[in-house]
Amino acid sequence: MKKDLFLPYTISVEHLGKSYRSADGQALVALKDLTFEIQDGEFICLVGPSGCGKSTLLKILGGLLKRSSGAARIGDRSLDGPGPDIGFVFQAPTLLPWRTVLENVLLPTEIRRLPVAQFRAKAMELLAMVGLSGFENRYSSELSGGMQQRAAIVRALVQDPPVLLMDEPFGALDALTREQMNLEVLKIWSSTKKTVVFVTHSIAEAVFLADRVFVMTPRPGKIAEIINIELPRPRHLSIINTEQFGVYASHIRQLLQAKGDLS
Amino acid sequence: MNDTVVQPSEPARSRLSGVVAFVRQRPDLTISPLILVLLLALWQYATRNLGIPSFILPPPIEVWDAFVAGVMAGPRDMAGFWYHGGVTIAESLLGFFIGSGVGVVLGFALARWKFLESVALPYIISFQALPKVALAPLLIIWFGFGIEGKVLISAILSFFPVLVNSMAGYRSVDPTGIDLARSCNASEWQIFCKIILPGSLPFVFAGLNVASILAMLGAIVGEFVSARAGLGSLLLQYQQSMQIAPVFAVLIVLAFVGYAMNIAVRLVERRYCFWVERSGPQGEA
Repeated sequence: MKKDLFLPYTISVEHLGKSYRSADGQALVALKDLTFEIQDGEFICLVGPSGCGKSTLLKILGGLLKRSSGAARIGDRSLDGPGPDIGFVFQAPTLLPWRTVLENVLLPTEIRRLPVAQFRAKAMELLAMVGLSGFENRYSSELSGGMQQRAAIVRALVQDPPVLLMDEPFGALDALTREQMNLEVLKIWSSTKKTVVFVTHSIAEAVFLADRVFVMTPRPGKIAEIINIELPRPRHLSIINTEQFGVYASHIRQLLQAKGDLS
Repeated sequence: MNDTVVQPSEPARSRLSGVVAFVRQRPDLTISPLILVLLLALWQYATRNLGIPSFILPPPIEVWDAFVAGVMAGPRDMAGFWYHGGVTIAESLLGFFIGSGVGVVLGFALARWKFLESVALPYIISFQALPKVALAPLLIIWFGFGIEGKVLISAILSFFPVLVNSMAGYRSVDPTGIDLARSCNASEWQIFCKIILPGSLPFVFAGLNVASILAMLGAIVGEFVSARAGLGSLLLQYQQSMQIAPVFAVLIVLAFVGYAMNIAVRLVERRYCFWVERSGPQGEA
C-alpha cells in the first residue's frame, strides 16, 4: 500500500450516507451522499441549522457512529471506529467530577493503557498553554465553564492526534468567553498544525475560524456549498468588522435562509 | 434621678454574643442535647409526680439501671445485650451485604440489558408492592429458628432500595461521558469501571443508606416471629414478663446500633462520593 508521505492524514469522504430508523419504524435520512476531502492542517467549519446532521457527520468521522453507506477514511485507515489519530471535543466539557483536571486530561492515555507517567509532562505543558497552570489538581466543579472546556481541549490534545474534531464546543459559553476561546483555538491550531473540523451554528464563528466553511442543509443533510474563506492569518477579532468578513457571513446566511429556517 | 443605663461589661457581652453565635452555628451540639435533657426531666417529672405506674412508663433511672445491667453482662450472658446484640448485628450485616450486593449487580444488569429488564420488571414491581415483612412467617417455617431466616428477610428488605437506586444511577450517567470513553477506544468493561460505576455511586449510596436501616428492621421482625436469640426476641421476652424498663433499654440499644450502621454507610459514601454537591439524589425505599 502506497502511503502519501506529504499528506498522511487527509480525511476523504465519498458518497457517505446515514439513515436511522425512527421509533415508529420510519426510515430517516440524516445524511445523503456527502463527498469531500479535508487536507492535512486545514481548519474546516461545518455550519447549518439544527437537525442538519452536522453533529452526526462529526460523530461518524470520530468513529462514534457507523455510516450507513459510502466510504470515509483518514489517511489510509477506514473510519470504522475511534482511533488515537483523532481527538474529540464535545459540546459539554464532560470532565469526570471525581477526577482532578490532570487525571481527566490523562484519561485517554489511561484507557489506551499507555504509560501515563510519560504523558504527565506533556499534559502539564498543554495545561500551561491554555492558561490552566496551577489548576491541575483542582476538580472540575472548581473551574469556570471556559476553563472546563479548555481542559477538555487539552484532554483531546494529550496524545497529539493529527485531527481534532470539535462539536459546538463553545455553544454553552457566554459571548466574551466564546471569542476568547476562538482565539485560543486558532493559537493552538497554528502552533500544532492540526487538522480541525469544527461544528458550529454561529456563522460569525465559522467565518472567523475556518479555511473553508461547509454549509449544510437539513433533511436529508447535504453540503449546499463549500466556501473558501480567504481572510488573512493570523486573524484578530477586529477582522469581524471588515467588509470581506461581512460578505462571507451574509453569503452563508443567504444560503441557509434559502434552504429553510435557521434555528 | 439616676438615668444611667447599666451596660454589661465589654468582656461579658462579647462572651454572650460568642455563645449565641456558637448556638446558631452548631444547633446540633447545643439545642439538640438541650431538648434531650428537657425530655428526660419531663419524663422524670411525669413518672414521679403524675402517678404513672412503672409498668406503663418506668422512670428514666430504672431504664438506665436496666441498660447498665444489660451492657455490663458478659458476651455469653443470655440476659445481656452483647450476646443478643451480636446476633442481631450479625443477621443485619449479613442481610445487608447479601441483599445490597445482589441489588447492585442485578440493578446494573437490568439497566444495561433492556431485554432483561423487560423480562424481570413485572416480577420486581409486584414483589416490591408486597409488604416484605409479611414473608417472615413463611421464611421461618422454611429455615427454622436459626439465623438463616432472619438473614434472608433482612436481605430481601435491603435488596429493593439498592436495586431501584442502582438502576436509576446507571441511567443517570451522562451519555457524553460514555462517548468520551468510546472515542478513546475504551472496552465495555473500561467504560463500566471508569465512567458508569463511579457516576452511579451517588444513587447506589442513597439506596445503601435506606438498606442499612431496613436490614436491621428485617432482622428484628424475623426475631419477633420466632427466635432463640437476638434483640428482637429479648424484647419479646421482657414484654411477656411485663419488664418495661429493660424494654426501653433494648430500644436504646437498637437505636444506637441502627445509628452506627447508618453512620458507617455515610462515612464510606463520603469517601467515594466526595465530589457530589449536596443536592444529590434522594433515597428511594
